Amino acid sequence: MKQVFARPESLKDVATHFCPGCNHGSVHRLVAETLDEFGIRSETIGIASVGCSVFLYGYFDVDVIESPHGRAPAVATGAKRARPDRIVFTYQGDGDLAAIGMSEIIHAANRGEDITVIFVNNTTYGMTGGQMAPTTLPGQKTSTSPYGRDISKDGSPFKMAELLANLDGVAFSARVALNNPKNVLNAKKLIKTAFRYQVEKKGFSFIEALASCPTNWGMNPLDANQRVTDEMIPYFPLGVYKNTANL
Amino acid sequence: MQTASLEKIFVKGNEAVAMAALEAGCRCYFGYPITPQSDIPEYLSRELPRLGGEFIQAESEIGAINMLLGASAAGVRAMTSSSGPGISLKQEGISYMAGSELPGVIVDIMRSGPGLGGIDASQADYWQATRGGGHGGYRIIVLAPASVQEMYDLTMLAFDLSDIYRMPTMVLADSVIGQMKESVTPNPRPDTVLPAKDWAVRGREAGEVQNIVKSLYLGDGEMEKFHWKMQARYQELAEKECRWEEVQTADAELIITAFGSTARIAKTAISMARDAGMKVGLLRPITLFPFPKKAYAALSGRCKLFLDIELSTGQMIDDVRLAIARDAEVSFYGRPPGAGSLPTPEELFEQIKKNYPAHV
Amino acid sequence: MRYDVFFAGYGGQGVLLAGNLLSYAAIHEGKNVSFFPAYGVEKRGGAAMCTIVFADGDTGSPVVGNPSVSVLLNQLSFDKYAAKVKQSGICIINSSLVDIGGIDLPGVEVIKVPMNQIALDMGDVRMVNMVACGAYIEKSRALLKESLEAALKKALPERNHKLIPANVKAMEAGAQAARG
Repeated sequence: MKQVFARPESLKDVATHFCPGCNHGSVHRLVAETLDEFGIRSETIGIASVGCSVFLYGYFDVDVIESPHGRAPAVATGAKRARPDRIVFTYQGDGDLAAIGMSEIIHAANRGEDITVIFVNNTTYGMTGGQMAPTTLPGQKTSTSPYGRDISKDGSPFKMAELLANLDGVAFSARVALNNPKNVLNAKKLIKTAFRYQVEKKGFSFIEALASCPTNWGMNPLDANQRVTDEMIPYFPLGVYKNTANL
Repeated sequence: MQTASLEKIFVKGNEAVAMAALEAGCRCYFGYPITPQSDIPEYLSRELPRLGGEFIQAESEIGAINMLLGASAAGVRAMTSSSGPGISLKQEGISYMAGSELPGVIVDIMRSGPGLGGIDASQADYWQATRGGGHGGYRIIVLAPASVQEMYDLTMLAFDLSDIYRMPTMVLADSVIGQMKESVTPNPRPDTVLPAKDWAVRGREAGEVQNIVKSLYLGDGEMEKFHWKMQARYQELAEKECRWEEVQTADAELIITAFGSTARIAKTAISMARDAGMKVGLLRPITLFPFPKKAYAALSGRCKLFLDIELSTGQMIDDVRLAIARDAEVSFYGRPPGAGSLPTPEELFEQIKKNYPAHV
Repeated sequence: MRYDVFFAGYGGQGVLLAGNLLSYAAIHEGKNVSFFPAYGVEKRGGAAMCTIVFADGDTGSPVVGNPSVSVLLNQLSFDKYAAKVKQSGICIINSSLVDIGGIDLPGVEVIKVPMNQIALDMGDVRMVNMVACGAYIEKSRALLKESLEAALKKALPERNHKLIPANVKAMEAGAQAARG
């Protein structure tokens, strides 16, 4: 019988710590499939960030540097400049990338570092227990916005894919989601495009993946997926915001 | 009249640091402008591209130290430099580097503080440097040059020690040593036998071991094990790598102890004292971590009076007190750093007279 | 033998270049040198000063509290630093800009050289630092004039080497004036 589905070689044969219904596993898989398909696993260096994504090294079968909170784009810059022949990607959550690490991401992007950034936006700090994130939606209740995010005090959620697309240094920027098969297939296509930019040395590429966090949202996985459609996508529209080389 | 040796060059301390880094094979520099160390990034921004190296003026000191972390993790020799306010920002990254057992050279050309302080020389970041500076309980190797030649030689050594012991290593100087020009012999890189960086991330073929550079230890006993391993490494450093200079200590009735710029100033004060018939010597630690405790223990077995001199209100004196024999005494003379507070040799000579033992 | 000299003026008078020049001259004579500059936060017009120590052996402290020789190029430097010159030392002042008023420096040989005037007579007021260097070597006898000439080649950028003869003349005029 023909085998039609298997674990990508770039992923280890281990169970993850991710909660049921969490989309991190899906994003891991799509990135791993991409590494396999390009045949670049053996030349890839992953940069783990702080948050639920910190255990990157436990799941990806590639060399990994764990970076301080928010600093993954700076760490990636150092690694890529030191080893320009390697494929370097960061994998960061919303607190890591859009709050404490805003400076590092903006400047790495503006320098046009030849790296790929995978940004998982689930509108909350997952690992620390569901606090308000820079991408928490207006009115969204979290453990530190118990009355809902008040944009008059907390500001509005950052739209990172659009924001970075405005920078001259960015070659590719897109937003994807993982809440239904169609979106997953499209996410795979665009993640692959993002890596293609690096493989072909065409510049900085950025993927924002809208993800669910059923545990911290207090929802079951299906309702969480529905929330991505009903609340997140209207605020964070999916699409390609920049594709300089038309890959 | 002699003809000057051809090989000697006349450069600033900061330039000597940059030149030594290049000779040591450092091809990645990440920094952010701050007085009084900007000569280092200026020099390297000019020279690194010619050598196929990478120079990045980072968005911040935090960006710079994390680029250093990334480059070091990728197995290359890399460096950053700054002064007090910037070194404070770098502490997060230094802690992560220490936790990840990463080499990397950090140059701190001290200026006065706290806060923005001033651009004048200071030794008030001794504690910050030698106690680790960041969170978690760790040490880094700290080297304290007192001449432009030593800025060159100790920067070179910093890369070797950092690679051998897999620890961040700091060259700790101040604006006197950094801005001063002296003639320097640009010594070639020594052929030190260095351990292979088989731990570095590099991308790997199937079946090869996965290299992970990390500081997260969650398993039962893992963190404790890491700390004991590091303690053993600090111990090994203390046994093998202490460096210091002694001047006229053999017959000394009073031993001055100072590092870096104040040691230089003290040298002239000691000459003045010797001219006046006073038996005064100098013990100058060159490694501040590991602190050369044995040198202090040995000297204080015979000479019971020490005078510690610092351009601060007293920080190294803690280490001196812990290192000297119980029956030896140490007095202190220091001035807080800032414009106009750099002590002169004449001023230190007065302190020597005041502290010189009456019975002699 | 260990020599030390302190130069001070305002930014733009070439104080640091003078210090570099003396340093290269001392190196030319095979000496060890420490050149310690200090300047204000401003790029132009602030205070500029430097200390040069040179010796056959160790230079010791790059910081000197009471210089053997001070060369003070403006009033502010004179007011601030003249009193620091050590006993039996020499204080060379730019009398074009410094009015020593009623100030007495007992035990110090005060040499007045109208440096701006001499430099202007030589064709360029910017050579005031060369006039000062000439006065310094004349009074201190610490370095040979030939060494300074050799040093000019090192201290000046290549494009300014055509100016070396004029600078040497300015040094000679400074020396002449210091001889009195």
